[in-house]
Amino acid sequence: MSATAGTVYRIFAGLKKDPLGMAGFVLVSLIVFLAVFAAWLAPYDPLEVDVYNRLASPSFAHWLGTDQLGRDILSRVLYGGQVALRVSLLAISISMAVGLVLGMLAGFGPRWLDRVLVVAFDTVRSFPTIMFALAVVALTGPSLNTVIGVIIVTSIPVYARVVRTQTLALRERDFILAERAMGASTFRILRHHVLPNIIAPLFILASMDVPAVVGMEAGLSFLGLGVSPPTPSWGSILNDGYSYLRNSPWPIIAGGLPLIAVTLGFTFFGESLRDIFDPRLRRKDQ
Amino acid sequence: MSQPVLKIRDLSVSYQTEAGPLQALRDVTFAVPAGKIIGIVGESGCGKSTLISTIIRLIAPNARIGKGSILFKGDDLLRMTSAEMRALRGDEISMVFQDPMTSLNPVRPIGRQMADVQHRDALSRREKNARSESMLGRVGIPDPAAQLTRYPHQLSGGMRQRVAIAMALMAEPSLLIADEPTTALDATLEVQIIHRLQELQRDFGCSILFISHHLGVIAELCDEVVVMYAGEVVESGPMRDVFLEPRHPYTRKLLECDPARIAEPTRDLPVIEGSLPNLVQLPDGCIFRERCPKTIERCGLQRPRLAGDGHQASCHLLDTAE
Repeated sequence: MSATAGTVYRIFAGLKKDPLGMAGFVLVSLIVFLAVFAAWLAPYDPLEVDVYNRLASPSFAHWLGTDQLGRDILSRVLYGGQVALRVSLLAISISMAVGLVLGMLAGFGPRWLDRVLVVAFDTVRSFPTIMFALAVVALTGPSLNTVIGVIIVTSIPVYARVVRTQTLALRERDFILAERAMGASTFRILRHHVLPNIIAPLFILASMDVPAVVGMEAGLSFLGLGVSPPTPSWGSILNDGYSYLRNSPWPIIAGGLPLIAVTLGFTFFGESLRDIFDPRLRRKDQ
Repeated sequence: MSQPVLKIRDLSVSYQTEAGPLQALRDVTFAVPAGKIIGIVGESGCGKSTLISTIIRLIAPNARIGKGSILFKGDDLLRMTSAEMRALRGDEISMVFQDPMTSLNPVRPIGRQMADVQHRDALSRREKNARSESMLGRVGIPDPAAQLTRYPHQLSGGMRQRVAIAMALMAEPSLLIADEPTTALDATLEVQIIHRLQELQRDFGCSILFISHHLGVIAELCDEVVVMYAGEVVESGPMRDVFLEPRHPYTRKLLECDPARIAEPTRDLPVIEGSLPNLVQLPDGCIFRERCPKTIERCGLQRPRLAGDGHQASCHLLDTAE
């Protein structure tokens, strides 16, 4: 469709003028590429144990060295990227969708519904996330799905509150009243007029949220609450490396660098997107 | 003459406030004949906005409709369900808002918004765009096809107001409500929009209810005029009669204050002394008494009623004069 082509064109035109945003975009693309094609790119099986080669330093055979069981760290980092991206994609898309619906209901619906939802959002947000995750894991046992579930539940209020505020600001705007005067139903107004006005900031928020979610997954896996042991995750690589820090710094470096890369890449890219889609800034270049 | 499109009878609306009910409209009665342009004029706070939001039933949650009826083509709008009202809005009754800068969705292209207004018609996107295009041409927008892909911020204020008018006329309504559509525009554009509205009214044969506090615009455009003061109709009638032989002291004062009528340059523009009465605690008698230059004893005792046929006014002085 031409509208999407135009949007893509606008993003690239904007990125060209913003080197930091471009760097972020390249970094994000690289991370996504490496994670998606991990099966082809990884030189070793991430679970393959080689006890004669424990805690090796980087070499041509093992670019990032090996861990305490002699597993190739580069392969584990690549596969760990898959876990990180799967968690963030699933968790963010679900919490964004639910947050969008709840936020619009709170912002546009009757006042009692708004009150109920806001109290619910605040209740969820008042739990420290790690404590909440610990409690849930204690009940269900550690698994990737638990991590995703915890992230969804704690992220929904973040999105919903942004959507609610935006919707509240929009509902008093003249063009919404004009639409009503032209016979539009509430659903129609939400779908055609509120949604297009809030969706761009929401995607930008989501893009900036990726590092937080990836960090959360790594953190929970580091604490042993996420992926179960043999499965590679950046968090579990860090945890393994942490115990053998005196023997070799490489697992910590290898597990930490991708986290830094994800944070920088998505933050720069997200900030650049925000500048591109902000209509107040858009006007200048036309 | 055919049946009026809109007939408002004894309409009273109040707002619930902490101080008590604020009586925003009291016994408002007037009619909009088919194919005519009716102007409603009055200063800020006289109930113009309450009146139109009551007609299209988009009133504030704290508004209460007391009594009266709003007959639209014979059906009482006040008895309709909200679904029936929604079916009328944008179809039989349309509206143009005051500020074209804010009445269009800033993030959707003009074409999308115009197609959206046609949501009731089972047409393809292409057909809807073709209709939008021809409608934009009719309201006087150059190169309409190109405008469809533009965003509101890429158009000037006058263009936007034309787009808003085109959107309102899309469904060929019987009644177009224009809420000060030229107030936010500069004087040359105002004239253009006024003439365009007159042309469109002739083309479409719809009635227009035109709200303004600008007397010159009303005189230029309207067939009949309704003068409102503090929630009441104080005078109504054919434009010519009201402007040339105003009967109510308020109308007279209002006309005197019109800067266009002042011949000599002066720093002291005429004003109507005083301010609007408190609508929560209404004074007894005539609503305009405290600002009226010639009150008689009866003004403080009894509320005047609209009297006369054709050209009506509510003032006790009219009885004593005859």
